[in-house]
Amino acid sequence: MIPAAFDYQAPATLEEAVSLLAGDPDGAKILAGGHSLIPAMKLRLAQPQLLVDIARIRSLAYIREEENQILIGATTTHYQLESSDLLKQICPLLPMCAVSIGDVQVRNKGTIGGSVAHSDPAGDWPAAVIALDADLLLIGPNGERTVKATDFFVNLLTTDLQPGEILREIRIAKPSGRFGESYQKVPHPASGFAVVGIAAHLELNDDGSCKRAKIGVTGVGVKAYRAQGVEAALAGANLDDQTIASAAAHVCDGVDANSDLYASGEYRCALAQVYTRRAIQAAKAV
Amino acid sequence: MPTSYVGQRVRRTEDPRLIKGLAHYVDDIALPGTLHVAFVRSYYAHAKINSIDTSAALDVPGVVAVYTGKDVAKIGPVPCAGALPGLKVPDHRVLATDKVYFVGHPVAAVVATDRYAARDAVDLIVVDYEDLPVVTDVEQAAAGTGPVIHESFGDNIAYKMTAGEGDIDAAFAAAERTVKQRIWHKRLAPIAMEPRGVLARYFPGEEELTLWSSTQIPHLMRTQVALMIGIPENKLRVITPEVGGGFGSKLNVYAEEALLGWISMQLHKPVKWIETRRENIQATIHGRGQVGDIEVAFKNDGTLTGLRYNVIADLGAYHQLLTPAIPTLTGLMLSGAYRIPAIQINITGVFTNKMATDAYRGAGRPEATYVVERALDLVAADLNADPAEVRRKNFPGKDEFPFHTATGLDYDSGDYEAALDKAQQIAGYTQLREEQKKARAEGKIMGIGVSTYVEICALGPSTAMPAGGWESATVRIEPTGKVTVLTGTSPHGQGQETSFAQIVADELGVSINDVTVIHGDTSVVQYGIGTFGSRATAVGGTAVYVAVQKLKEKAEKIAAHILKADASKVSFEGGKYSVTKAAGATAATGSSEPVYPVGQGPAGALPEPQTEGRTGLTIAEIALAAHLAKELPPDTEPGLSATYFFEPKNFTFPFGTHIAVVEIDRETGDIKFLRYVAVDDCGRVINPMLVDGQVHGGIVQSIGQAMYEEVVYDEQGQLITGTLMDYAVPRAKHVPNFELDRTETPSPVNPLGVKGVGEAGTIGATPAIVGAIVDALAPFGVKHLDMPIKPEDVWRIINNDSSRI
Amino acid sequence: MKKAINLNVNGVSRTDEVEPRVLLVHYLRDVLGLTGTHVGCETSLCGACTVMLDGEAVKSCTMFAVQANGATVTTIEGLATDGELHPVQEGFWECHGLQCGYCTPGMIITAAQLLERNANPSREEICHGLEGNLCRCTGYQHIIEAVEYAAKKTAS
Ligand SMILES: Cc1cc2nc3c(=O)[nH]c(=O)nc-3n(C[C@H](O)[C@H](O)[C@H](O)COP(=O)(O)OP(=O)(O)OC[C@H]3O[C@@H](n4cnc5c(N)ncnc54)[C@H](O)[C@@H]3O)c2cc1C
Ligand code: FES
Ligand code: FES
Repeated sequence: MIPAAFDYQAPATLEEAVSLLAGDPDGAKILAGGHSLIPAMKLRLAQPQLLVDIARIRSLAYIREEENQILIGATTTHYQLESSDLLKQICPLLPMCAVSIGDVQVRNKGTIGGSVAHSDPAGDWPAAVIALDADLLLIGPNGERTVKATDFFVNLLTTDLQPGEILREIRIAKPSGRFGESYQKVPHPASGFAVVGIAAHLELNDDGSCKRAKIGVTGVGVKAYRAQGVEAALAGANLDDQTIASAAAHVCDGVDANSDLYASGEYRCALAQVYTRRAIQAAKAV
Repeated sequence: MPTSYVGQRVRRTEDPRLIKGLAHYVDDIALPGTLHVAFVRSYYAHAKINSIDTSAALDVPGVVAVYTGKDVAKIGPVPCAGALPGLKVPDHRVLATDKVYFVGHPVAAVVATDRYAARDAVDLIVVDYEDLPVVTDVEQAAAGTGPVIHESFGDNIAYKMTAGEGDIDAAFAAAERTVKQRIWHKRLAPIAMEPRGVLARYFPGEEELTLWSSTQIPHLMRTQVALMIGIPENKLRVITPEVGGGFGSKLNVYAEEALLGWISMQLHKPVKWIETRRENIQATIHGRGQVGDIEVAFKNDGTLTGLRYNVIADLGAYHQLLTPAIPTLTGLMLSGAYRIPAIQINITGVFTNKMATDAYRGAGRPEATYVVERALDLVAADLNADPAEVRRKNFPGKDEFPFHTATGLDYDSGDYEAALDKAQQIAGYTQLREEQKKARAEGKIMGIGVSTYVEICALGPSTAMPAGGWESATVRIEPTGKVTVLTGTSPHGQGQETSFAQIVADELGVSINDVTVIHGDTSVVQYGIGTFGSRATAVGGTAVYVAVQKLKEKAEKIAAHILKADASKVSFEGGKYSVTKAAGATAATGSSEPVYPVGQGPAGALPEPQTEGRTGLTIAEIALAAHLAKELPPDTEPGLSATYFFEPKNFTFPFGTHIAVVEIDRETGDIKFLRYVAVDDCGRVINPMLVDGQVHGGIVQSIGQAMYEEVVYDEQGQLITGTLMDYAVPRAKHVPNFELDRTETPSPVNPLGVKGVGEAGTIGATPAIVGAIVDALAPFGVKHLDMPIKPEDVWRIINNDSSRI
Repeated sequence: MKKAINLNVNGVSRTDEVEPRVLLVHYLRDVLGLTGTHVGCETSLCGACTVMLDGEAVKSCTMFAVQANGATVTTIEGLATDGELHPVQEGFWECHGLQCGYCTPGMIITAAQLLERNANPSREEICHGLEGNLCRCTGYQHIIEAVEYAAKKTAS
C-alpha cells in the first residue's frame, strides 16, 4: 500500500515537463491520471525517483474539432471523452470506448494519453486509437514528432515513446461520409480490463455496403493490433450476416492469443470472433 | 408480548454513525506515540530458512525493532480448538522459525515510528531460503505419499474420521439404483471489506494490556491471547470497535494478534498493524477446500435409502482455531432436508503448503448442502424426474418434528414442503418449465435450479462446541430510566444493536431510543462467546430476552411493594406497573418517558419519585426507586439489573427453497440470471429488513462461489489470485434482482422462536445456481459441473470439448 | 522532500507539508483525522476510499495528496449539510443499504456522483455507476434501492 519514496514536480508547462524529464532520464516518470502508475507503485512494482505531474498542465486537456481533425489533449480524462457531446456526434467510438473503462472513479481521473502511453495489453484506448488511424503527437528533448498509432504500439507494455518524450495530443481525422462505429468489450470480472475489446470503424457506401473497415483489437495479444484479415474481408463487401461472420473469423489470424486463469487463448479467440461480429453488426446499424 | 417493534422493519440504530463516516474501526483509533508494524512474509510455499539478516532494516530511520521467530519463542502457539481423536497438531509459532510453510507465512515483524519506515524496512530484510518440495495436491497428500510437510508426523494426513448412523453397506448392497459424483469445493477468500487489524497498548504501571482487534470473538480471544503471551486474563482487555465484516475470517485467533500485544509489552508503546489486502488473501483463513465423492442409494421410485461422502479436506499448513472441525460440520448436515436412513462420512484432513482453511460463512455446512443437493439433482436426472418432485418425495412431514437424522441430529421444527410450494408458486415453476421447453425448441439455453436446503444454526449446545455454546446478556435500567443491554455476542454488520433493542423495548414498553446495546468490550461486558454460526439472535437474543424477564420479575416485586399491593394484583402494560383495577376500569396508560428527560433533570441528589397514593408506576420510576433503595421490599438487592447466561438445548434448523433461472449465451458461454427466487424460513423474524439483508448478502457470496471466486495456488504453491485484480468478488452488475419471501416456522428451542439467518444465503444458493446452469446444459449431456463455473467451461461444453472440465 | 499543499476539505481550508508519497487517503485519515474514508485494497478496486474531488468521485488511494493541491475535497464527513443528511445517506438508512458499514462511505459518495450526473437512473445504470465499489455484506440489492430512494427523494 505504501510506495517507495520519490520526488514530485508539477510543471506549469509542457516545456518545463520535458526539461524535468531530461534532467533525470532513468528515475523520472510522467504522472498523468496515475491510474496505472500508482497501483503499480503501491505494490512497489514501480519505484520511480521523480514524478513529473503533467495532469496539472491546464492546456493539455481538451477535445477540439479543427478543420477536418479531432484533437484530443493527452490528459483529457476518460470521463471527459465519455461525456463529450461533440464526440458523441462526430466520433461515437471514443465515448463508447471511454464508458467501458474500469469504473466511474477510474474514468474521472485516468487519461487517454496515459492509457495509450502505458499500452496495457488489456487497455481499451489502444484498440480505439488504432481503429481510428490516429496520429500521436509526441514532444521530447529533440522537439516534436508525429507517429501513426498503428506504429506506436511495439510490444508488451512497450511503445515507440523514447526516453523523455511526452505524448501531448491524439489527432484523428474527422470521419466523413457515411460511417458506423462500435466498441464491444468483455470485461474481466475482477479487474474490469478487457478480456477482449473490439473497436470497429466502418466507412460505408450509400447502399450500406462496406467501403473500408478498420478493426482495432485489444486483450488478445501482447499489444493492441488491427485485424487486417477482417478488414480485407470486409472491404467492398456487402455487410450481410454471412459475410460479417466469415470476416470476423480472421480476427486472431497470426496472433498468439494470451492465456490466463480466466480465459485460455483458444477461448479468447472465440470471444474475439463473436465480439468482432457483434461490433461490426452494431457499427453497421448506426 | 406486545409487538410494537419486534417483527417491524425498524431502521437500524447503528446506521447514523456509519453513514456519516463517524464510526471507528481499528485503524480509525489513533493513540499518541503509536508504533507501526509491518511483516516480512514468505514468498516461498515451502522452504528452509538458513538465515535472516535484519541489519539494514534496523538502520532505517524510525525503525525501533525487528523481531524474528527466535525472538518470540516465548509466545505460545497459535491455538487450535478443534480437538478430534488422533488429530495431529503442528507447533504453530507466531513467526516462522526454521521453515516457512506457505506463501504469506510471517517471518519477521518490523516495528517503526510510522508505516512508511516500517514498510521500507521490510524490503531490506534479507532472508536466505532453501527451496523444499511443495505439497499442493490434496489427493497425493491423502494417499500418504510424496514429500512430507511436518516431518515428525511421517505423512500429510492430519486426521481421519468416520461418522454416521444406519447400515450404509447394506443400503448400498440393496440399492435399486445409485449415483456417484466427484465434487470440488474450491478454496475461497472471505474478503471482509475491512481487512484484519490490531492496536495494542500496554500500561506498564497498571500492567494492563488493551487490544483493539477486528474480531468476531473478543472474549475467546482474550482467553487465548492471555495464555499465548502469559498475561493474566483479567489484565487483558479486548475491544472490538466497529468491525468491517467477518464472515468467519475473524472467528479466529491469529499470530498477529498475540504478537502485537507482546510487542507492546516489550516496548511499552502502543503498536498497530493493519493488514493489507494482499496479506489478507495470503494469510487470513480461506474457506471450503474439499474434494469428495458423493454416493447415493435410492429406489426406483426416488426414495433415498443411503448416502455416503468420502471427502478430503485441504486444511493447509497449520491449524487455525477451528480448521480440522469444519469438515465435521459437513458430516452433520449430510441428511439435508431429507429422510435418509443410512448416512456415512469418511473424512481425511490433509496438510498442504497453503494458508489454513477454516470457517467461512456457512463453515462446512454449504459443502454438505451442496453435495446433497447436487446428488438429488443427479437422482432426478437418473430417474428422468423433476428435481423438485424428487425432493418433495423425500421430505419429512411437518408433523414428524423433532426429526432425527442418520447424522445424529434432531431437527427442531420444519415445514419443507410449504417453503417449496411457496417458492414454486412465486417462480411460476410449472410455467417456467413450459418456457424452458419453448426456449429449447428455439435453440436457447435456459435452465432452472432448485435447492431445498436445511441449515444448522444457533451454534449451539455447549456439548457440541469447543469453547462453550451458550451466550450471555445483562439488561440494566439506569437511574434515569435509560436501558443498557450488554451482550456477549459481537455483532459486525448483522444489526443486533437494533434487533436486541427491539426485543428489550417491547418487553419493557419503552422507546427503542432509550435502549443502548453494548458489545465487544471485555472489560464492560460479561463473558460471551461471540458472533458466528448464525447464533447471535437465537442464542444471544434469547439471553437478552430471558434477562429482561428476570429484571421484570424484580421490578414487579418493587412495584407491588411501593404500590402497597399484592404482587398478584400488579400488572405490567405499556411500560407501566399498575394495580389491577376492578372490571370496567381502563388500565393505566404507560409512558416510556424517563423520569428526567436528559438535560432537564435536577443536578445533585436525585429526588425520590412521588409514590404516595399512586396506582401505577413506570418502569423508569421503579428503576430510580431501586437505585435510591429507600423503599424496597425486604431482602431485595438495590439496583435494577439482571444477567442471564442462556444454554441452548439444541441447535436450530432453518430451511428454505431457492430457485434460480439462468440463460446462457451460446456463443460465449456467458451466464445470465433471469430470475432468482428465495423463500427462507428462519423461524420468528425480529426485523424483516435485516433478515432480507442477510439473505441478499449470502446469496451474492454464493454467486461469487458458483461463478467467480477461487483461490488458486499453482504447483509451486504460489498464490495466483493474490489481489482483487484476479480474485473476483461480485459487483453490483453481477447480481440479479432477488425475489424474496418467507415462511415462518417458530423454533421450539428458544422462547423467541428464532432460528438464525446469517448463513442461509451461502448455504441454500450455490446448489440452485449450479443446478440451473447444469439444467441449462443438460441437452449437451452435462450432469455436473464444478464451481466456479466460468463462461469458458460452458463454452467448451457447448462446443463439445471437455478438455477443461 | 516535503511539499506544501493547500486544499479545501469539507469547507475548511487546510495547509500542510507532506511527503509526495503520502496518498490522499492517508492525508485525510492520518493528518486530518477524517477516518470516515476507508481503505480496502491496494489495487484501486474496492472503492472504499472514494471521496469527491472538485465535484468528481475519485479513489483517494490512487492519488497522492500533492496531486490534490488546490482542490476542493468532500469526504463522507462533509456530505451532510447543516446537520441534514444527504438524500443518499438517508436512502442508505431507510433501505438498509449497509451492514458492517465499511464500504458505505465510498458507496455513498459514488452514489451521490451517480445521481448528480443522472437524476433518474435505471437499475442497470445504478449498477454501472457503482461498478467501482465492492460490498461484501449487502448483496447490493438494498444499496440499489437506497439509490432509487434518494433519486425519488431528490426529485420531489
Ligand atoms: C480499478 C482500475 C480499473 C481499470 N480498468 C481499466 C479498463 O477497463 N480499461 C482500461 O483501458 N484501463 C483501465 N484502467 C487503467 C486506466 O484506464 C488508466 O487510467 C490508464 O491506463 C492510464 O492512464 P493514466 O492517465 O492514469 O496514466 P498514469 O498511470 O499516470 O501513467 C501510466 C503510464 O504512462 C506514462 N504516461 C502517462 N501519460 C503520459 C503521456 N502523456 N506521455 C507519455 N507517457 C505518459 C506514465 O509515465 C506511466 O508509465 C483501470 C485502472 C484501475 C485503477
Ligand atoms: S482502497 Fe480500494 S480502491 Fe481505494
Ligand atoms: S456493508 Fe459491509 S462491505 Fe458493504
